[in-house]
Amino acid sequence: MSDQKKNISRRKVIKTGAAGLVTAGVAPMVFTKGAWAQEFRNDPKGGDVVLGFNVPQTGPYSDEGADELRAYTLAVKHLNGEGDGGMLNTMQPSNLKGNGILGQKVTYVTGDTQTKSDAARDSARRMIERDGALIITGGSSSGVAVAVQALCQEMGTIFMAGLTHSNDTTGKDKKRYGFRHFFNAYMSGAALAPVLSAEYGNERVAYHLTADYNWGWTQQESIQNATEALGWKTEKNVLTPVGAGDFSQYITPILNSGADVVVLNHYGKDMVNSLTQAIQFGLRDRQANGKNIEIVVPLFSRLMAQGAGENIKGILGTSNWNWSLENAGSAAFVKSFGAEYGFPPSQAAHTCYVQTLLYADACERAGTLYPPEVIKALEGHTFDGMGNGPTEYRAEDHQCFKDVLVVRGNQNPTSQFDLLEVVQEVPRSQVEYDASIFGGELGPYEV
Amino acid sequence: MDAVILQVLNGLDKGGAYALIALGLTLVFGTLGVVNFAHGALFMIGAFCAVTFRKILTLEQVVLSETELSPWGTPLEIRTPFAQQWFGDFGNVLIDYSVPLSILLAIPVMLLIGIVMERGLIKHFYKRPHAEQILVTFGLAIVLQEIVKAFFGANPNPQPIPQVFLGAADLGAMVGMAEHVITYPKWRLVYLFFSLGVVAAVFAFLRFTTFGMVVRAGMSDRETVSMLGINIDKRFTIMFGIAAIVAGVAGVMYTPILPPDYTLGMDFLVLTFIVVVVGGMGSLPGAVLAGFTLGVVQSLASMTQVKDIIPGIDQIIIYLVAVVILLVRPRGLLGKRGVMEN
Repeated sequence: MSDQKKNISRRKVIKTGAAGLVTAGVAPMVFTKGAWAQEFRNDPKGGDVVLGFNVPQTGPYSDEGADELRAYTLAVKHLNGEGDGGMLNTMQPSNLKGNGILGQKVTYVTGDTQTKSDAARDSARRMIERDGALIITGGSSSGVAVAVQALCQEMGTIFMAGLTHSNDTTGKDKKRYGFRHFFNAYMSGAALAPVLSAEYGNERVAYHLTADYNWGWTQQESIQNATEALGWKTEKNVLTPVGAGDFSQYITPILNSGADVVVLNHYGKDMVNSLTQAIQFGLRDRQANGKNIEIVVPLFSRLMAQGAGENIKGILGTSNWNWSLENAGSAAFVKSFGAEYGFPPSQAAHTCYVQTLLYADACERAGTLYPPEVIKALEGHTFDGMGNGPTEYRAEDHQCFKDVLVVRGNQNPTSQFDLLEVVQEVPRSQVEYDASIFGGELGPYEV
Repeated sequence: MDAVILQVLNGLDKGGAYALIALGLTLVFGTLGVVNFAHGALFMIGAFCAVTFRKILTLEQVVLSETELSPWGTPLEIRTPFAQQWFGDFGNVLIDYSVPLSILLAIPVMLLIGIVMERGLIKHFYKRPHAEQILVTFGLAIVLQEIVKAFFGANPNPQPIPQVFLGAADLGAMVGMAEHVITYPKWRLVYLFFSLGVVAAVFAFLRFTTFGMVVRAGMSDRETVSMLGINIDKRFTIMFGIAAIVAGVAGVMYTPILPPDYTLGMDFLVLTFIVVVVGGMGSLPGAVLAGFTLGVVQSLASMTQVKDIIPGIDQIIIYLVAVVILLVRPRGLLGKRGVMEN
C-alpha cells in the first residue's frame, strides 16, 4: 500500500489525466461512428435494414411490376452476399461488400401501387409506418411517382422512383427525398431528334397523338420542341383519352392530313393499341409530301413491345437501357437475372436493381442510414459499371444523367426477347439541360 | 367528305362489336330476365380462346444447342413449332389463319361456359332483385378476369391478321374516286361483314327454326309455353349458351384489332349496357340498331372539326345521346311497354 502511494508523482497524475481526457473526448466518436444525434424514422438500430418495394402487382402494369420485383429480390440477394454478385462486381466506385448494408442484413417488404396514386400512397405509408421500411422504391407511372415522392418528403423517407418519364418528376415536382434513375421526356426528345433528322430529313410534318395526362403532355412538348428545332413542322396534336382502346377515329384524320410523320405519345396498352391500329390502317404503306409516312414511338419498353408484336418492327424510339448492351455491367446483370429467371431483364428491372445497389452504396459511403446524410451521399454522385456508362445523380434536381439509347424495333429478331436493336447510344452531353428550366424546389434535408 | 365516310366506317366497325355484345346481353335479358354484368367477360374469354388456340398451334419443340449459349450462360434453346414440323407449309397456313380458325374452339368452349355459368350460378338469382343480379354477375366478371390474368398475364396478347387480309383496301378507287382517299383496313371490313353475318344468323335462327319460335314464344309468355308441356327453362339455358357464343366469337375476331388483355371485357361492358338501354331493354333489333348508331355517333364526334368546336365531346357523346334518347323515348329506340318497368 505504501509502495503504491510512493509511485504516484505529479508527472504521472498529469499524464494519466491527459490520457483520460483524450480518451473521454475521443471515445464517443469511436463508439458512435455512423450514428447521428438525431433520431430518425425506422432506424433499425442494428437490426435488419428493411427496404419497401412499391410496385404495381395488380392492374395494367402488373407484368412490369413483377419484373421490378424480380430485380429487387435479386438486388437484395446480392447485397446480402448470395448469388454471383451481379453488378456488385462491376460497380465503380463501390463500397459494397456483400454483407448487407453497414453490416446489417437487408430484408424487404412489398406494396401494390395498382398504378393508382391513392393506392400507391397508401401502400407506401403502410410500409413506412407499419413495416419499418427505410426507403420506398419502384413504380411504373409518373403520376404515382410524383404522388409517392411527395409523401416520402413529408415522412422523411427516401424515395427512389421506378419507371417514370415525365419531366415533372425531377422538374416542378422534384423533392429532396426523391431520386430518379430513369431518363425523362426531355432527354428522349434530345436524343431522338438528331436520329430522326438523319433517318427522315429536316423537312417533315409531324402529327401527334398524345395520351391526355401529365406524362403525355410533357412528352409531346419535348418531342415537338426537339423536332421543330430541326426544322420540322407540327401539323396537329390530338389528345386521346387514356385507355381509349380503339384509336381508329383518331387515326383516320391523319390519312389525308398532309403529315408525313406520326408521333405516338402513348405508353403501355395505349401504345400497343394505337401502334397496332396505325399499322393496320396502312399508314406506313402510304406517302405524303412525296415521302413515306413514318411512325415514331418516343418511349419504348421491351415488355410493351411484346404486346405490339410484329408491328414494332422498324419503329424508332428511345429506351433507358436494353439487355443487349455489351458492357460489363449489363452483361453481369443479364447473366444473374437470366440464370435466376430464365429470360432477360426489362429496363424497369434494370432501373430498380441499380437503384437498390446505389442506395446501399450511398449508406456505406455516408457511414449511416440517417436519410439526410444518405441524400447528401447520393447528390452529385458519379459512378460507372452499372450498364449505362459514366452516370451522375445531379445534385440540383436528383435527375440521373447518362447516355440515352435510341432504339428501333428489330426487323430480324433472334428470339422472343430480341425485340429492340440499339441504333445509337446518345452521349449524356447531348441530353443534358439546365436544372432550372423545369422549375420546382427540392425542399429541406431535415423534415 | 372522305373524312366523314372514314369515320362512318369506323363507327360501323366499332358498332359491330357493340351490337354483337349487346345482342347476347339482350338475349339473356329477354329470355331469363337477368341483367348479366359478366357478359363483357364472355367477350374477353372469347378473345382468349383465340390466344389459346394460337398458343396450341405454335407449341414448339425445344432443343438445347450443344454449341451456342444464351446471354446468361445456359444452353441456347432452338424452337420449332410442331405444326410446322408435322404439316410443313400447311402448318404455316394453319398458324397464319389461327384467328378465324379459333372460332372452332370458341364455339364449344363458350357454349359450355355459358351453360355452366347459367346452371351453376345465375339460375339461383332469377327471382332475386335486379340489383342482386348485377352485383353477383359483376363479381363473377371480376373473378373471370383475374383467372385470365393469372394464366395470361396483364400485358396485351397480339394476334396476327392472316396475310391475305393485311393492309388497307382502297375503297375510294373501287368506286371511281381518286386513289388513297378512302382506304380502310381489310380486317376491319372483314369484322364488319362478320358481325352483320352473325346478327343475321341469330335473327334467322330465332325466326326460321322451331327452336327459335319456341324461344320467342317463351320470351312473350313463359307460363303459357310451359303449360304446353315444353321445357322452356332448358331452351332458355341453351339460349344463354348461344348468347355466350355470340359474345365469344365477337371477341375472337376482334383480337387482331385490339390485342386482348384481361380488362377487355370491362372496357366494353359499360358502353354495351348503354347500347342495350338505348336500344330498349329486351329488344334484339333495338340492340343492333343502337350498337351501330352509337358507334357511328362516337366516331363522328371524334372528328377534328367537331372537337375544335366542342373539345372533349368524343368522350361524352355516347352518354349525351343516351340521355337525350331516354328523355324523348324512355323505353329506348325499340323498347316495348312493360319490360323492366315494375
